[in-house]
Amino acid sequence: MRYVDEFRNRRHIAMLAGMIVKEATRDYTFMEVCGGHTASIHRFGIPSLLPPQVRLISGPGCPVCVTAARYIDTLTALAFSEGMTVTLFGDLMRVPGTVMTLGEARAEGADVRLVLSAHEALQLARENPGRKVVFSAIGFETTAPGTAVTVMQAESEGIDNFFVLNAHKVMPPAMEVILREGVHIDGFICPGHVAVITGSSAFDFIPRKYGLACVVTGFEPTDILTAVLMLIRQVNSRSPSVEIQYRRAVSVAGNIKAQVYMNEVFESADVEWRGLGVISLSGLKLRGTYRRFDASAFPVDLPEAVAANGCICGDILRGVSRPPDCALFASHCTPDHPEGACMVSDEGSCNTWYKYHSHE
Amino acid sequence: MCLSLPARVVAIEGAMAEVSVGGAVFMAGLQMVDDVTVGDYVLLHAGFAIEKLKEEDALETLRLLQEMDDAISE
Ligand code: SF4
Repeated sequence: MRYVDEFRNRRHIAMLAGMIVKEATRDYTFMEVCGGHTASIHRFGIPSLLPPQVRLISGPGCPVCVTAARYIDTLTALAFSEGMTVTLFGDLMRVPGTVMTLGEARAEGADVRLVLSAHEALQLARENPGRKVVFSAIGFETTAPGTAVTVMQAESEGIDNFFVLNAHKVMPPAMEVILREGVHIDGFICPGHVAVITGSSAFDFIPRKYGLACVVTGFEPTDILTAVLMLIRQVNSRSPSVEIQYRRAVSVAGNIKAQVYMNEVFESADVEWRGLGVISLSGLKLRGTYRRFDASAFPVDLPEAVAANGCICGDILRGVSRPPDCALFASHCTPDHPEGACMVSDEGSCNTWYKYHSHE
Repeated sequence: MCLSLPARVVAIEGAMAEVSVGGAVFMAGLQMVDDVTVGDYVLLHAGFAIEKLKEEDALETLRLLQEMDDAISE
């Protein structure tokens, strides 16, 4: 078992596609809210396997895409500050801030470094006691426990030059905002790796309160197609619930250890999402003794906010528009010269559309 | 960045493991997972093993797919 090829079996893919065609008796729209799902869906050509009445749309699940421009501006200002090093995951490097990207800041001499994990940022702090090392903590429930473990490690070692500019977010409140705003969908392809941590029970409110179908699924083609079939069956039988297709990784209760770390270090907070605005209790902030690690306490000068450039990432993240609806798409905005965050990340809708559909 | 990939545990040293994703080697913190041994598969996400993959459940998922396929071919 390698947990990859087994779930890419061509025969199973064809069989599932056939069953979907047979059982899809009306129009269905399902939203995937995980950027990883968006990437998989297009990479494996899932839409071309589905009948036209089954539509998949993308939601706000790319952590880079929902990061507010203010956050990029703050990181940039910190990176230019005397004695400070800013560490980040690769995707953040090219996200446009108000004035510049972090990549451009680095080219102008700011101390910006790529890391693969929070550990690496902490290690950099250990090795450079004379510098203040800031880790840019973005990501959903999947990433936040790792930040929590690292902050606890820094606390136990008494490290005083490691800081976190925290933009961690949690997914269920954003899903609820989308439903309240009245986007018409029949169900959610629930985020598989968020659910590894939270458990499938985090989505129970969706069928209960909104009567919509939910399936937590994996990232391989037979996973996604099975989930679509399960969603169609829930809709057809009018029995919405939260089902787990991704049993090899997800349980109802989730990863309790990871939840304990998260709760130790973070508490809920209202935070801003690019395109969705401030969502109540949709973010995490450092709590109690861990507040000393908070990099947002450093005073920085931020540039004035400027008028929007025509980027409609916000509408795309809410499932209201699709990338080709944007006037800048593929003309002014490309992965090499992104105008908006949705074009930067490999999990962003615009980036994915550009890669897989722009030549159609 | 939000990618999590199945990774095979190659070596364990304290709270860190060396894991392989199709031959590429990464380090993974084991703080969130219990009873991991060399040869196990974990989900690697941003430098941490966020869960141990359950072989029994994976086989069950594949068995159900095969059953559906067999039912159709009959
Ligand atoms: S194509 Fe570019 S400018 Fe248009 S919405 Fe997407 S990221 Fe924004």
